[in-house]
Amino acid sequence: MLLIHCPYCGARAQDEFHYRGDANVERPAPHAGQKAFYDFVYARDNPRGWHVEWWHHYAGCRRWVKIERNTVTHEIRTVKGPTQDTR
Amino acid sequence: MSAHRRLQGGHIDRCKRLTFHFDGRRLFGHPGDTLASALLASGIRVVGRSFKYHRPRGIMTAGPDEPSALVELRVGSRTEPNTKMTEVELYEGLQARSQNRWPSLKFDLMAVSGLFGNMISCGFYYKTFMWPASFWERFYEPLIRHAAGLGRATCLPDPDHYEAVHAHCDVLIVGSGPAGLAAARVAGEAGARVILCERDFLPGGGLLLDPAQEIWRKEMITALERIPDVQILLRTNVFGYYDHNLLGGVEQVSDHVPEPRPHAVRQRYRTFRARHVVLATGASERLIAFRGNDRPGVMMAGAALTYVHRFGIAPGKRAVVFTNNDSAYATAFALAAAGLDGVVLADVRRESRLAAKLRAHDVDVRLGVEVNGFGTDAVTLEAQSGGRNTVRADLLCVSGGWNPNVDLASQSGAKLTWDAALATFIPGAPAQAERSVGAAHGISGIGEAARDGLAAGLVAAKISGFGGGCLDFPLPALDGSCASIEPLWEVKTSGKAFVDLQHDVTANDIRQAHREGFSHIEHAKRYTTHSMATDQGKLGGLLGAAILAEARGETLEKVGLPTFRPYTKPAAIGALAGGATGKRFQPVRRTALHAWHLHNGAVMKPTGPWLRPFYYSAAAETGWAAVLREARGVRQSVGICDVSTLGKIDLQGPDAATFLDRLYINSLSPVAVGKCRYGLMLREDGIAFDDGTISRLDRDHFLVTTTTANAEAVLEHMEFYAQTVWPELDVSLCSVTDQWAQIAVAGPRSGMTLANAVEGLDLSNAAFGFMSVGEGRVAAIPVRVFRISFSGELAYEIAVPSRHALTVWQTILTAGQEFGIVPYGLEAMDLMRIEKGHVAGSELNGQTTAADLGMDRMMKSTGDFIGRVLSARPALADPSRPRLVGIRPIESGMPLRCGAHLMSKLGSGTSLGWITSVTQSIVLGHWIGLAMLENGVAMNGNTVYAVSHLHDETIEVVVSSPNHVDPENVRGRS
Ligand SMILES: [Zn+2]
Repeated sequence: MLLIHCPYCGARAQDEFHYRGDANVERPAPHAGQKAFYDFVYARDNPRGWHVEWWHHYAGCRRWVKIERNTVTHEIRTVKGPTQDTR
Repeated sequence: MSAHRRLQGGHIDRCKRLTFHFDGRRLFGHPGDTLASALLASGIRVVGRSFKYHRPRGIMTAGPDEPSALVELRVGSRTEPNTKMTEVELYEGLQARSQNRWPSLKFDLMAVSGLFGNMISCGFYYKTFMWPASFWERFYEPLIRHAAGLGRATCLPDPDHYEAVHAHCDVLIVGSGPAGLAAARVAGEAGARVILCERDFLPGGGLLLDPAQEIWRKEMITALERIPDVQILLRTNVFGYYDHNLLGGVEQVSDHVPEPRPHAVRQRYRTFRARHVVLATGASERLIAFRGNDRPGVMMAGAALTYVHRFGIAPGKRAVVFTNNDSAYATAFALAAAGLDGVVLADVRRESRLAAKLRAHDVDVRLGVEVNGFGTDAVTLEAQSGGRNTVRADLLCVSGGWNPNVDLASQSGAKLTWDAALATFIPGAPAQAERSVGAAHGISGIGEAARDGLAAGLVAAKISGFGGGCLDFPLPALDGSCASIEPLWEVKTSGKAFVDLQHDVTANDIRQAHREGFSHIEHAKRYTTHSMATDQGKLGGLLGAAILAEARGETLEKVGLPTFRPYTKPAAIGALAGGATGKRFQPVRRTALHAWHLHNGAVMKPTGPWLRPFYYSAAAETGWAAVLREARGVRQSVGICDVSTLGKIDLQGPDAATFLDRLYINSLSPVAVGKCRYGLMLREDGIAFDDGTISRLDRDHFLVTTTTANAEAVLEHMEFYAQTVWPELDVSLCSVTDQWAQIAVAGPRSGMTLANAVEGLDLSNAAFGFMSVGEGRVAAIPVRVFRISFSGELAYEIAVPSRHALTVWQTILTAGQEFGIVPYGLEAMDLMRIEKGHVAGSELNGQTTAADLGMDRMMKSTGDFIGRVLSARPALADPSRPRLVGIRPIESGMPLRCGAHLMSKLGSGTSLGWITSVTQSIVLGHWIGLAMLENGVAMNGNTVYAVSHLHDETIEVVVSSPNHVDPENVRGRS
């Protein structure tokens, strides 16, 4: 089980969080068309290594945080608030 | 009988005697014994029969690596099969039975017949019992279960209690041998919070085998017990190493007593989150494959040493020690010192620096000699220079070298590296904050291990911020020994040479697996079931890999070992469940009116975590009677219902209206203050997600309801979009589900009822029309009143702060008394919403679109909202998709079945849709339903067949509008 350093709450166990998925995808503009929305909803990379993901601290501050996690080792490099830059 | 317990010393309390039973025989032992040591002390040699071949087996080890000595422990509901005798701490009255023998341990018919000896070769599951499939249940499985297998589990419920404890510490140390003790003390004295776990009931590990170290062991433990931030957990096996330095373990709190004390737990599931981990897990001795290496009397050399020094037992009368390394010399010396006659040490190496010393102690040391067979009390020795002779012996001690216990290090992510000098794998560079020390790191010698542990303890404390550690305690002298081993995996002869005793896997099985193409170590493991038993192949895992390597013509380093996974040894399911069983499996949510419901005959029904009134049962009511009475009461006069479980979200901020417009398919910003509107939201993929009402309490203040089931998902969805997608919108939102109780009052006389109860709010149709919201008081308690209707009747919902719910509920009941107000439950509510054609979970099932539900006209034509773009995809916009319709049987009186398929022709293989919800209509007097039907709108008035294959029923139904009752919604508005 991961130990996640929430920027608002400190170090908390993974079971306080819900996982959502890829935080690199951005919701397209309203008139971007079906293809753009299709990619937003369905198309995902499946990287081996570092990956930025949305996690929800539902049993804590209820913030959505962006976690940079290594999909091979489960290391966590950064945890950022919803509108903070990861890098 | 007790001739074997003839030695002095050890960690046995000879002043107390314990009585126990093995296969019905009454035997004796002492505190400090394990079941294994007590049986050995009683002269018991054969303790079980093997898994496949039913060969007699004895005790081979003194710990968790034991493959053979398994018993069914205890009786009745506490029966525990496949328990290793070597790990069972003896207690007064212990009862154990040998396993896998029929009819008795001494005379086993299965072994005599030899039938299975030839039948059950490796891969036999895959090859022999393939066809026909129907034979499995009737023939093959009972046959295999009878012939092969281990102990039998009880079918009775577990009477014991368990609990879970989650701890954080600076330094977790696994193992209390010299390395673990030194690490714990130096880290503890530096000020770190230390937890030291020891699987055994005595701390000390290898120190327990060396009487010369007893003073140091005791001093170290006394010192550790004095440090407040050092916690020593005995009988605690750490079974798994997970991400971010989380480790799991089980503490056997009460397994060493007949049964747990009242209110005490049997076992405690523990997790440890450590800044740094020191793995002082020791090493396991490995077997050598030779003919008869499984016979009773074969014992690992280190185990024999343990029985002599720790338990004060001579495990045999005449012994041969077979080794390829120095470590077994201590065993030969100890056995000779214990008074065994004619101890022979057969060393496969041609030279040994210890030979002369041992010969001086009357041990017959023979160099360059192998054991090539063990029969009844006779060991066959073969010199490499030629020549063979037989030595009489009832004990054959074997040492094929030592494998560091790398399970946890490997699970932590550390790669294993091949150590040629030790001929084994040792932990490589750490992947997490851990270090393996002492024997677990391939280091031999007590003084050496203690120094390695000390160094690791210093580092671990320093990393945790406790740098001031200093050494002010003595360490054992250095041993000066160096690894001196000549790898020997197998002595090739005819006959069965085992590499896995618990699963009866032989060296030949490994070669056969390779011949048949299962040459990868992971494939060979699964094909032969090698090292898949409860001992995890500790004795013979590396042996099997070496034999596979030889067959492949490759190095052992290249072949490698199968992946190590939790658990390092078996854990009881009860321990893993902890306290979360039965009614404590998950929390139950109760509304503020729960107690009232129970006192008034409610039959409660779980809906998710909530308990809700299903219906209120009056005397002598059976079946549907209560539900129909309640619904009729609402339709004819007035009813009251607890709808507190609805999700409630409070949204505030200048952009709240804009935010809601983007969440729901319909426009909400035009809703006036004091008004409500029904809303439907989609997922981004265009599928309907949830519905509810949106009430505007003020210009920048909304209250939204969700379905009970989706309350959490909708809140999370809103938070995601508010925080990450549209952070520029100034809106705050918060769940108020628990803060507000909500009470529905429905029926033609609901207005009159509330007029009696509500003060400060004009409820007249003109002032407070359909879909209005306002504030008033009930019994002087401020409430919110919503004029919304799920049943289709004139109806209101009263929201009240939860702590006042009962007062308000009872005030309304009193106000409605003159109209015969009736409390109604979930089922009556469902009945009326089906009559009305309102959708619920069966229709909002994650497959339907707004158009499917007949709500496409609600979609706003301009502006963004979630799901707008993808709901227009051709497949989702296809007009022939199943759409919501109503159905009723042609022959009134026929019941409808939920889940039945709709077909246009009898016997048609094509389903045109399915029935989602059914009920008996009190307005129409027959069954009605909702369904999803292809081209549903165009089918209005047509007849189709409703086919339930499950019930073997077919009836004709007429398709209608889903609004069975009051389609113009006159009742709700007037
Ligand atoms: Zn947080």
